[in-house]
Amino acid sequence: MTTNGSGFFGRLDWDSFPIAGLIQNPNTNEIVANAAAAIVIVGVIIVVGALTWFRLWGPLWRDWLTSTDHKKIGIMYIVFAIVMLARGVLEGVVMRAQQAAGPGDGFLEAEHFAELFSTHGTIMIFFVAVPFVFGLANFLVPLMIGARDVAFPVMNQISLGLTVSAGMMLMVSLVVGEFSTGGWTAYPPYTGAAFNPGVGPDYWIWAIVVSGIGTTLTGINFAVTIYKLRAPGMKFMRLPMYCWTIICSSILIVFAMPPLGVAALMLAADRYLDFHFFTNDLGGNMMNYANLFWLFGHPEVYLLVLPAYGIYSEVFATFSAKRLYGYNSLVIATMSIAVLSFTVWLHHFFTMGQSALINAVFGIATMLIAIPTGVKVYDWMATLFRGRIRFSVPMLYGLSFLMLFVIGGLSGVILANPTVDYQVHNTLFLVAHFHNVLLPGVLFGLLAGYNYWFPKAFGFRLNEAWGRVSVALWTVGFMVTFLPLYFVGLMGMPRRSFSWEDPSFHPYMIIAVVGALIILAALLSVVVQLWISIRNREKTRVPVGDPWDARTLEWSIPAPPPPYNFAIIPHVTDRDNFAAAKERGTAYPSPDAYEDISVPLNTGIGFILCVLSGVWMFALVWWIWWLALLMSVLMLASFIAWTFKSETERIIPAEEIRRQHEAWLDLVHNSQPVDRDYETAPENRGLARPDLEAAT
Amino acid sequence: MKRAPTHSYPGLNLGRRHASADKASEVVTFGFWVFLMSDLVYFGLMFAIYITMIDAQAGGPGPAELFDLKSIFAQTLILLTSSLTVGLAMLALKYNLPRWRIVFWFCVTLVLGLCFLFLEIRDFMSMAEKGGIPQRSGFLSAFYGLVPLHGLHVTAGCIWLIVLGIQLRVFGLTDLLMSRVVRLALFWHFLDLIWIGIITIVYFGGLTYG
Amino acid sequence: MDKRSEMHRRERRRYVIGYGGSLLLTFAVFGIAYRYGIETPGVYLAISLLGLAQLIVQLVYFLHIDRRRSSREDLDLILFSTMVLLIIILGTVWIMGNLAVRMHTIPM
Repeated sequence: MTTNGSGFFGRLDWDSFPIAGLIQNPNTNEIVANAAAAIVIVGVIIVVGALTWFRLWGPLWRDWLTSTDHKKIGIMYIVFAIVMLARGVLEGVVMRAQQAAGPGDGFLEAEHFAELFSTHGTIMIFFVAVPFVFGLANFLVPLMIGARDVAFPVMNQISLGLTVSAGMMLMVSLVVGEFSTGGWTAYPPYTGAAFNPGVGPDYWIWAIVVSGIGTTLTGINFAVTIYKLRAPGMKFMRLPMYCWTIICSSILIVFAMPPLGVAALMLAADRYLDFHFFTNDLGGNMMNYANLFWLFGHPEVYLLVLPAYGIYSEVFATFSAKRLYGYNSLVIATMSIAVLSFTVWLHHFFTMGQSALINAVFGIATMLIAIPTGVKVYDWMATLFRGRIRFSVPMLYGLSFLMLFVIGGLSGVILANPTVDYQVHNTLFLVAHFHNVLLPGVLFGLLAGYNYWFPKAFGFRLNEAWGRVSVALWTVGFMVTFLPLYFVGLMGMPRRSFSWEDPSFHPYMIIAVVGALIILAALLSVVVQLWISIRNREKTRVPVGDPWDARTLEWSIPAPPPPYNFAIIPHVTDRDNFAAAKERGTAYPSPDAYEDISVPLNTGIGFILCVLSGVWMFALVWWIWWLALLMSVLMLASFIAWTFKSETERIIPAEEIRRQHEAWLDLVHNSQPVDRDYETAPENRGLARPDLEAAT
Repeated sequence: MKRAPTHSYPGLNLGRRHASADKASEVVTFGFWVFLMSDLVYFGLMFAIYITMIDAQAGGPGPAELFDLKSIFAQTLILLTSSLTVGLAMLALKYNLPRWRIVFWFCVTLVLGLCFLFLEIRDFMSMAEKGGIPQRSGFLSAFYGLVPLHGLHVTAGCIWLIVLGIQLRVFGLTDLLMSRVVRLALFWHFLDLIWIGIITIVYFGGLTYG
Repeated sequence: MDKRSEMHRRERRRYVIGYGGSLLLTFAVFGIAYRYGIETPGVYLAISLLGLAQLIVQLVYFLHIDRRRSSREDLDLILFSTMVLLIIILGTVWIMGNLAVRMHTIPM
């Protein structure tokens, strides 16, 4: 790695490409690195080739990349998240394989292993969980609150663009240069210029800064959308539980992303401008970084898990054919968790050396969070109690979550005790704990939501049998991989170690790698499920839009929903308004009159900023100053140029809306309502014979 | 949500005369408030960092050698006055005064903003002459992480003033532009609030405890 | 005089009062600093209280935040933000201060 960066290409040269390493020194490590780079390159070639072959560039540009429709933006977020999930899972498998190959050094070099755990964490948090959570939120929130779009559709598109361009930096780092070896937390001084002069931490910094801006904009957008755009009559206490979790999560974003931005930019100032925020010399203090990072890091885990709680709340209510038990207590619990999550950050660095008093205060605050979470678990169980439960795929994910998540939560309460934390911090016990809350908590929730709302988004159901296979594989895979890590962690095996010696760890490592392979199979089963579902889509169409006999507003409209969502904005009179309407027999009213609807015009600004910010990050990482400057100017200029645009909306005439809506209403009236027993049969066209009596 | 009849959203607003613009800007103004609060956390954290690094002078020059209170005083007065003038631009808009009045107050605000930036940069240069550069110590890093961040915001505000002034001339008083004027005024007032924090914590705090 | 220019006058007066108040407080702060020197915590306390007063003056007279019903939303937002900010800042100063003492980077 050259460090003089004055030329036209900055510090970018031939040695920056991993192929150079393979030629100079062919070994397993280099082969793995080059295989990863090759996958990225081949993937890009296949995607570009397919788009060209099927002549899809035009539709891609017109219908997707320039779209400001929240539903399409949501879907693009989720596609992006699933692509990144594939990479994150593969990295996890390679890491498990490396540790299973011991005792001794395994087949990877230490640096390479460190890159793997850094990218794995960064990807899974910032480029899988966040985009998946907010992809679903994008699709669902306006539909659930009876709005036609989010508050700021163009800003929404820009958020997506920034998140994707930041994620692309992680892909680029596989092909050009290397990624950070400092873990997803990137603690200085290790990631400072003195110890890590290469490009790795710079990739991390700029990916985090740019995706952080995107996420902050998303948070603002959703807070305002839910606060201001609810349909008439949709009081706060009539909001679907999911929307409550999204508004809390958005508030967390608004207040918790700045610490991350500050920390990353200060690290950048240290690295680029020789500042002394976190250096070892001249008054720098690396502990400020740990403090800042976890000011963000702890609210972050709640902003991920709260929406998953929301998904489970909807799923449990629907598939138990019951009203959600304890709505008020769930709302209060959600808000308490959101506020409490700002008071516990220190538990991530109990061992940093502060006094016992401070540790005790933050330990107790941490344990307090178990109370509202416990309330939630009991509320969900009470929702199931005496419900007419259908064991559909989302419900199975939910049940798996209920059992496994409690274990993860309890291990969290154990870790909240500073004296215990002193013993097990930095061991695999911790790794087991947070995977135990993030997989059953967040990932299962997202997959449940994906199975639950897929028919709403695309108009046909996902294959049920493969869905069940998927649930089984994820659940078993999770347990086999991560439960052994609790034990081996208690035995003292440190996390993030590419090499270990104690032979008593070995059986656990072997079990864990088997589990990792099961998780890989689970990921494949998700792909297979999607593939088979698309092939059989004619048999599973649900154009009427309510395949699950569900309760909230989004099910009261066609599947897939029209661009304007609601032909007539609904007047909300109840919590679970659609369920109430079905009970009264007023679920599909014929409106007397239709109005013109204005929807936002397509715009390219999000895509333009995506590309420009991507090049900008690349230029900064490689010290290509002229290019970075050029990109900054172009970004500012294109944004200002966009503000000069005066036409931002187009009108859909009332006549067209009437035609579409009445065609759908005819379909509703000519469809055969189905019982819940036939939920997964081809007869289910999306019109439910309501089975909501259990609600009373 | 019940509201008083004359205001569709709180704080700065356009009033009944511009009902359509007022309605349109309700959502976006609230969104801007949320953004400002997020920005406030940025500043809050930089203040916290500054406080924790006030002693980290590493033998380099400290507040007493570096800070020039006369210049700070001048900057304070300039920024405060610009906060008034941007408010007067808002009023000119709200009460349908001739458009040149709005543009006039914009120009005054812009000139004051530029004067502020000029003085601030002059301060930084004189600090640098005395060895007060961010590379010298953790304390100075924290200082240069915070005060120029505010300066950068003022710069962004100046660019916004120019762009919006041009747009007002090109498009006239459309609903969209009126709502942008409200947000710009909010932003500018917000910067003055942050500046009060800076003089109190960075300058006086630094001189007392540094 | 019609109602419109009356309201205009009243609102303009609001700005002028805010400006005058802030000006006064600014002069007071720098006056104290000039007169008593900026050495003791007592002087600093006075200065910070005056700063706080100026924040409130500007919030009320420039940003029109008050306790009327129509301002409640923004007031709530500001109060919530202030709470989070206080948790963050005080927590940071507490933790880092404690660490500084325990690591002997500042004298006990």
